[in-house]
Formats: sequence, structure tokens, C-alpha cells
Amino acid sequence: MSNSPSSLVKGRGITKIFGAHRALDSVDLDVSRGEVLCIIGPSGSGKSTLLRCLNQIEKPNSGMIRIDGDLAGYRQKGEVLFELDDRAIARQRLACGMVFQRFNLFHHMTALQNIMEGPVTVLRRRKEEVRKGALKLLDRVGLSEKAGAYPAQLSGGQQQRVAIARALAMQPKLMLFDEPTSALDPELVGEVLNVMRDLAAIGMTMIVVTHELGFAREVADRVIFMDAGRIVETGTPEELLSRPSEQRTKDFIAAVLS
Amino acid sequence: MSTDRAAPDRTGDPAATSTGLRIVPRRHFGRWLATALILLALAGIIRAFAVGQIEWSIVAQFLTARSIMNGLLNTIVMAVVAMALGIGLGVLFAVMVMSSNPVLRASANGYIWFFRGTPLILQLLLWFNLALVFPTLGIPGLFEFRTVDVITPFMATLLGLGINQGAYTAEVVRAGILSVDQGQTEAAQAIGMARPTILRRIVLPQAMRVIIPPVGNEFISMVKLTSLASVIQFSEILRNAQTIYFANGRVIELLIVAAIWYIIVVSILSIGQFFLELRFSRGYATGRR
Ligand SMILES: Nc1ncnc2c1ncn2[C@@H]1O[C@H](COP(=O)(O)OP(=O)(O)OP(=O)(O)O)[C@@H](O)[C@H]1O
Ligand SMILES: [Mg+2]
Repeated sequence: MSNSPSSLVKGRGITKIFGAHRALDSVDLDVSRGEVLCIIGPSGSGKSTLLRCLNQIEKPNSGMIRIDGDLAGYRQKGEVLFELDDRAIARQRLACGMVFQRFNLFHHMTALQNIMEGPVTVLRRRKEEVRKGALKLLDRVGLSEKAGAYPAQLSGGQQQRVAIARALAMQPKLMLFDEPTSALDPELVGEVLNVMRDLAAIGMTMIVVTHELGFAREVADRVIFMDAGRIVETGTPEELLSRPSEQRTKDFIAAVLS
Repeated sequence: MSTDRAAPDRTGDPAATSTGLRIVPRRHFGRWLATALILLALAGIIRAFAVGQIEWSIVAQFLTARSIMNGLLNTIVMAVVAMALGIGLGVLFAVMVMSSNPVLRASANGYIWFFRGTPLILQLLLWFNLALVFPTLGIPGLFEFRTVDVITPFMATLLGLGINQGAYTAEVVRAGILSVDQGQTEAAQAIGMARPTILRRIVLPQAMRVIIPPVGNEFISMVKLTSLASVIQFSEILRNAQTIYFANGRVIELLIVAAIWYIIVVSILSIGQFFLELRFSRGYATGRR
């Protein structure tokens, strides 16, 4: 189905309007398979809204999004688009894993249960086999001994690593990170970035909204700078972070570094 | 809690050690006075009942009488099934009130408005007398029943109490659902859950923490509300007690019998509620499993 073999995400003219405010103003986006894309930009520039549109938590007012060739929110039949129902949209969301700024672990479940919930309830896989995979994932994020802990018993960094494991358990084609470290104490940021670094190293396609310019410089293949709902500038980390061409980008980077 | 408020250790009192002076703790004259007054009142009440026209032997005799036991059983069964119906309807209507479909929302609001707006006893009488409005129930041609056969006192009570309870529980459930952070729903969406699953697996279990305490209270009220069904001939404990005292004239004794049983059932429920609340606070009380 996919138009070009390497393009996993293809967005054209994505526009999202809240009341009179254009949170996203005709954004075009292409992400290749295995690419790590970092999005930076000031508060309110529409970074979260973009990720939420990709994952269909928000429905764009106009524009189209294809993920691995599938048109988000619609079924295409010839020249006609049929709007999908809730269930079909839920199925499309399986392509993306999402990690939130405030972790959003299920409070009433242990770390292990959080990870098992999707595979068991949504994918209807056998509990025993899911448990094995979930324990492996916990091990991968360095939390084997926390399997039975409830979110309230975990530090922010630990919660975020469980949240990453929970998303990975669904074997998504693409991982979306919305400021995964900005709610963390500085000394806990590293452990989460390490897990993300490992993910990038094994070729996971990732879109990461972040203020960690060091991480972007080191891990990203491409960096996008957004402002006021538009993509202002895009380039390699080296180009965008060291030699930005737009004044707004320069100002923003200077502000973050200061 | 009470230990936090206990009198501080006087030996470590900085005032005592630094000044070397003796400290006389504050006297609680008010407490002593209140205790004395209450004890006096209690003694008066006990004496009044002891010398009053109450045959305690009759209370003891009827406490476990067959008809009273049957009434007690009916009361408990009714409270349980009516509450179950109430909770089911409450969840259903809470979800409808919060739905994006305007027709569902309006009909749920209408239901809540009507059943909260009329007295329960009137609703019970309406259900009981349904046959006056609809002599038969069913789908014409397929199946049909005579209403008087279907709407027994049990059915009328169940419908009356359960549907009325649903209107109140709907509000409680709605508050519970609103108390769950939107991020929980988004995280569930992100792992591909559809709306009904999110509600069942993620939102409702967490809403329980907020829902359980008021529903526990309402269940306790429900046990007592079943007594209203005595007006439509449902043989719950109060009605059975009345039937006996119409025959033997021991009004107060039989009312006391009923009161004792209500108190016992309600006390047991209060204990149960305590443990339910413990269970549903899982994952919130840090450091405890
Ligand atoms: N549900 C909503 N209703 C109304 N306005 C919204 C909503 N969500 C976002 N917005 C607005 O859209 C704009 C973009 O918000 P968004 O959360 O995407 O910004 P952001 O780039 O992620 O900012 P931050 O760095 O603070 O997270 C903001 O002005 C915000 O107030
Ligand atoms: Mg944001």
C-alpha cells in the first residue's frame, strides 16, 4: 500500500483549529522508516497537537495523514473516503506507540499489568506468553525488580520507563514521544534518554518532541523547529542547532541554552 | 490520628526543661461536664424504657420468629437486587449523560429529572398500580401477559426502588468518571483500546474509588427504604412486624424487633464498606499493596 517504500509517515496540510486559534496551520511532514525526528519549538507552537493528530487523539480540521500507507481516520474506496468508526480508529492507532509528558500509567495496575494490558485486552493474546514478553521489556528498561509496583510507588523516571515498555509491548511501527523528560527531576532525565537511545539504535522510527537539545544533536537524524502552528525550519541536527537560518530558530535555541 | 493529638511528652517540653518550673497541664472541665450530662441522660432513658410499658420478653420471643426472619430475608434480598439494578442503570445513564449523542444525553437527563423529582413512595404506588394504565404488557401478537401477573409486590418494589436508585447513582457515577484524569483515557487510546473497553478496563475501576463511599451510603439507605414497600404489600420485615402487631397488639415490641434487625444489617454493611474502600484505594496509598 505504501507509496514509497521508505516513507512511514506522510502528512499533508495538517490543520487543527481550536475555536479561533490555529494550533496547526497546514503542516507537511514526512518520516522515513527507522528515522529519528526531533521536534523543538516554543510552548504553544503545536508540537503536542501534531503528535496527537498523528495518533488520532485529535482529529485535524483538514489535511491528510498516512501511516504506513493507511489513511488516518478514513477508508478509501476509489474516489470516496468513508469515515471510520471508533473501533476502526482504535485499530489504526496500533501503528503508533505514544509516550506522554505526564506518563499516564494506569494507576490501578502494577507496572507489569500496565505493560500486559494492551496485548491481553486489545490484541487478545494469551496471558502466559504476554507475561514473558512483558517481563523481558521490563528488563530492557532496567526495571525487572519493579514488576509488582504500582505507579505511585515508582519515581518519575521509573514510571516513564514503564510507559515506554507499555507502548513497546504493542509492537508499534512508530513511537511518538511528547516531552518524555520534561516532568522529570534533572537527575532522572538520563535514565529515560538512555532507553530512548537504545530504541533508536535498534532502528525504531521515532518522533520526539523535546527540549533536550543534546539528545536531539546526538540521536536525531533530522530536527524540525515549529512556531505558531507551522514548521519554520527543518534540517540535520548540525544544520538546525548549530547554524539555524531563521531568526526565530536562533532566538529559541539561544533561549533554551541560556 | 488520635495519637497525634495526645498530650505532648512533658519531660521533653522545652518550657519545662529550660525554666525548671513545674507545668500544670490544661484541665478539660468541659469534657467532664459533658460526660456527666450524657451519662445522666442515658441513665434516664434506660430507666424510662425499663419501667415503661414494654414487654422485653415479647421482643425476645419475636426477634427470631419465622415471619420476622422471612421479612428480614426479603428485605435483604430486595435491597441487594434493587441496588444492583440501581447501579446498572446508574452506570448506563451516567455514560449516556456524558455521551456526545444529544438524543442519549437528553433522554438520560429526562430520566434523572423525573425520578429525582417525584417521591419514592409515589413511584412505588405507580408501579404497583400499573395494571390500571396497561392491563396487559408485551408485544401484541408475539407475547402478552396480564399486568397483575407480572407486577407482583416484589416486581413493583424492585422497579420502584431500583429505577429511583439509578437516577441518584447516575450522578455519583458521573462524578466518579469525571474524577479520572483525561490522560488515562488518552493512554488507553494510545494502546488501541476502543471506547467501551476504556470505560470498563481503565476509567470505571479508577472511578470506583470515588463512587464506592457514596454508593455504600446509598446501599445502607436502600436497606431502610425497602420498608416503604410495606404500603404495596411487599412482605419485608416492617410489614411482617406490622402484620403481627395487628393481631397481638404488641406495637412497640414488634417495632423494636424490626429496629434491632435494621441496626444489625446496617452495621454489618458499614463494616463491609470499610473493606471495599480499602480494596479500591489500591495503587493510591503509597507504600502499601
Ligand atoms: N483541547 C484544546 N482546546 C483548546 N485549545 C487547545 C487545546 N489543545 C491545545 N490547544 C491550544 O493549541 C495550541 C498548541 O498547543 P500544543 O499543546 O500543541 O502546544 P505545544 O507546542 O505542545 O506546547 P508545550 O511546549 O507547552 O507543550 C496552544 O495555544 C494551546 O493552548
Ligand atoms: Mg506539548
